[in-house]
Amino acid sequence: MTLSYDDVIAKYEPVLGLEVHVELNTNSKMFCGCSTVFGAEPNTQTCPVCLALPGALPVVNEKAIESTIKIGLALNCSIAPFSRFARKNYFYPDMPKNFQISQYDEPICVDGYVDVEIETDEGPKKFRVEVERVHMEEDTGKSLHVGGATGRIHGAEYSLLDYNRAGIPLVEIVTKIVPGTGKYAPEVAKAYVAELRDILRALGVSDVKMEQGSLRCDANVSLRLIGAEKLGTRSETKNVNSLRSVERAVRGEMIRHAELLNAGGRVVQETRHFQEDTGLTRSGRSKEQAEDYRYFPEPDLVPVAPDAAWIEQLRATLPERPSIRRKRLQEAWAVPDKEMSAMINADVLDIVEATVLLGSDPTKARSWWLGEISRIANDKDVAIADLAITPHDVAAIVALVNAGELTDKLARQVVEGVIAGEGKPSEVVAKRGIKVVNDDGALMAAIEKVCAEQAETAEKVRAGHLPAAGALIGAVMKETKGQADAAKVRSLLLSHLGQNEG
Amino acid sequence: MIRNSASEMAAKLAAGETTSVALTQAHLDRITAVDAEVHAFLYLDTEGALAQAAAVDAKRAKGEKLSPLAGVPLALKDVMAQKGIPTTCGSKILEGWRPPYDSTVVAKLKKNDIVILGKTNMDEFAMGSSTENSAYGPTHNPWDLTRIPGGSGGGSSAALAAFEAPLAIGTDTGGSIRQPAAVTGTVGVKPTYGGVSRFGLVAFSSSLDQAGPCARTVLDAALLHEAIAGHDPKDATSINAPVPQVVAAAKSGDVKGMKIGVVKELNGDGYQPGVRARFEESLELLAKAGAEIIEVSAPNFEYALAAYYLIAPSECSSNLARFDAMRYGLRVGDVDGASAESVMNLTREVGFGKEVKRRIILGTYALSSGYYDAYYGSAQKVRTLITQDFSKAFEKADVLVSPTCPTTAFKIGEKANDPLAMYLNDIATIPVNMAGIGGMSLPSGLADEDGLPVGFQIMSPVMKDDRMYSVGAALEAALLTQWGAPLLDKAPIMGGAR
Repeated sequence: MTLSYDDVIAKYEPVLGLEVHVELNTNSKMFCGCSTVFGAEPNTQTCPVCLALPGALPVVNEKAIESTIKIGLALNCSIAPFSRFARKNYFYPDMPKNFQISQYDEPICVDGYVDVEIETDEGPKKFRVEVERVHMEEDTGKSLHVGGATGRIHGAEYSLLDYNRAGIPLVEIVTKIVPGTGKYAPEVAKAYVAELRDILRALGVSDVKMEQGSLRCDANVSLRLIGAEKLGTRSETKNVNSLRSVERAVRGEMIRHAELLNAGGRVVQETRHFQEDTGLTRSGRSKEQAEDYRYFPEPDLVPVAPDAAWIEQLRATLPERPSIRRKRLQEAWAVPDKEMSAMINADVLDIVEATVLLGSDPTKARSWWLGEISRIANDKDVAIADLAITPHDVAAIVALVNAGELTDKLARQVVEGVIAGEGKPSEVVAKRGIKVVNDDGALMAAIEKVCAEQAETAEKVRAGHLPAAGALIGAVMKETKGQADAAKVRSLLLSHLGQNEG
Repeated sequence: MIRNSASEMAAKLAAGETTSVALTQAHLDRITAVDAEVHAFLYLDTEGALAQAAAVDAKRAKGEKLSPLAGVPLALKDVMAQKGIPTTCGSKILEGWRPPYDSTVVAKLKKNDIVILGKTNMDEFAMGSSTENSAYGPTHNPWDLTRIPGGSGGGSSAALAAFEAPLAIGTDTGGSIRQPAAVTGTVGVKPTYGGVSRFGLVAFSSSLDQAGPCARTVLDAALLHEAIAGHDPKDATSINAPVPQVVAAAKSGDVKGMKIGVVKELNGDGYQPGVRARFEESLELLAKAGAEIIEVSAPNFEYALAAYYLIAPSECSSNLARFDAMRYGLRVGDVDGASAESVMNLTREVGFGKEVKRRIILGTYALSSGYYDAYYGSAQKVRTLITQDFSKAFEKADVLVSPTCPTTAFKIGEKANDPLAMYLNDIATIPVNMAGIGGMSLPSGLADEDGLPVGFQIMSPVMKDDRMYSVGAALEAALLTQWGAPLLDKAPIMGGAR
């Protein structure tokens, strides 16, 4: 029988530890000039350095150091005036050198924190997650085990190796242990990773796509009896590929540990693999016997000693903290919580803000991006950012509507035209001959024509049955090829038929 | 023609008295005549060398401006990657591997139109002092074919002494350029660490490895030094500063007013009488040439050998991890159902020789958790102390000197089963690598007791490599006057030609 979560937290206090690996979005790899573009043909983005051919030497990617320092600063870390790379030695076929260049006892950033806010029973509450270190390393290649069960090496007939990923710059962000979250441990873990993702995205240093592995989270969980000092044995859950999974993995591990402990068993210190379908974890590598990585300073590289003035220069370029920015925008735009979440989830905050900065009012900007444009992106199955429409275009369209030169309906045609690559809004308007029919004479002619054609309906309206006007308005709109302002048509029609909506 | 120095050959080429093709062919003929006995070469690139020579001749015919050594042949130590040419490092594990790229040194040689004849024998992965650790059999010393030509670069030094090439590239981690030079009566220089790019030099011990020139004269070494030195963005440890003016220094050979420090600890007990006698004689010649000879002390040098045999194996244990049969080189045991792990294990078992395995095991142990501080950590501290000893000594002296090795060439097989005795050969050369400074060995005569060449070592501060060339050139000139002919003229005549 599965233990309930309430039973777990009634007896135990969870202690979290989170290790996040972030692939930087530099154009080239950490120690060579190879491309880092995701999804290329296997082994096409390799060279003597990242294949570890005899004699090849690593050279540090300066851009990666810059990105790492920015991350450290954004996470309130101190930047070490002197740090070193170290070799982590172990054999594995997807690691070409059979050692990984990483940082060991001299990381580049130390002692930071991230504040996260979550909803609790007592309302919003802030938790501080302390960051122990941020360090640089290189990614390994990828192994594809063929013929075994669930892609595991065990039982596989053979394995394929792709070294395209070998040497991609990775930054590892390690928290200190996070006690005191109580029953909110899963939510805090999720909120931390979400906040981290937003910070990294705002910094522009990574794609932070969990599903592509450019942001990977290992969740370390242990339990101790409430009131106990000594930490329990932890498990490290890997393969947590979404924010939701972070929450599920932590919760699942808490329950699994509690069941073990309640039954008088013990938790094994090991790596566990999260399984998206069941939400459970599967046993991986045991860590009971600590592996000896024989770390030593990387002799092929010189120490990293960033200039203090450079660090300050980078500090000055840091973007506004995402949580603060969200609050500021929500207030300035007077957006309800639900709408705000919708924008964040649809990832349109930046683009809406840009549109507003170009003069659009926030409500209209939001409704275009979140409505019509999101819908088209969905239909085409592409990201909004990949559509051929810019904040400039949307701001221009909003301005045209405000000036009465477009109706909302016509504006939708313009949006479509821009996305179809027909040019800027003004060009689409010109090419398609879109214009609001504002000429009272032309409108009156259409109204008279329609009233004559549908005399019976017109009579009903004249007799005071206003709902019947809809059909006539529709016909007038059709007559004017949709270029008339419907509100204006309505008002002219009603007065023509002697009615007044007052 | 093949007995000329490289600069003499270059002068004849420039004067149109010969062609690079003729010169290259003469060396290829010489190799055919004597290399069965010497075994200096592991691979001969006859076609490539002649094509390169023909290209230089064509450029010269068109009147193009050429580099000082253009058209002169060279022997390349097999630890240096050359595109398309087998590069084995003297190991079975790399048998058949042809690099898809040029090392920076090779790229520079090609750019300077220096003709690469082929690859020379060496102790496996540059681990050894006799070239007996080559998986492809030992090289023989042209002075006495029953003796070792030094190591690890015994192929390069023997090729020079046997007139198979006037120039060679060596690499020096603990003495692998200088000790072979000493025991073959040739000149070898380990430049300042970072002076010559390591890109494409198959690593033994990254923090100690340094490529350098090997030649028969100090000037030839200087010319080759300038051709291969300089900052390389592909090597993070490469020094970004102008190359020291070594050719000018070798041409002037001026030591007037220079202070030459004799390192007290690198002499005395354990040094063969003939080695000491030639050393004292050289000091007198330098004094006569106007230098001031003083004595300096380097108390921490006595720990250098021990520290070296922790640092170098530690780095090698990690550097050689990449030879795992996955991407290149030897693959053993790749039968149906064999795991990657078993293929790796079998390949490394078969592919590595005894000395390489010894050092991998030693280094793995020294880096293990719980032992790291005591071994690798302490060794690094010794390294700092040695560097400080040098700094203090260089406050008093412009260069330091010592015998290059305690003994002359020993017999093949004599020390093969006694690693410690073998390691002691490098006792005077290792401190230079530990501190990353420059070191040169040049011939100072023959030991009276065995008639074999003795080397004289000159050490200069970081990026002051020009100083050792000044002193080397001065001593070389004085010795030549005394001998009346180059020392190698006293070596046995091989292959019937002079």
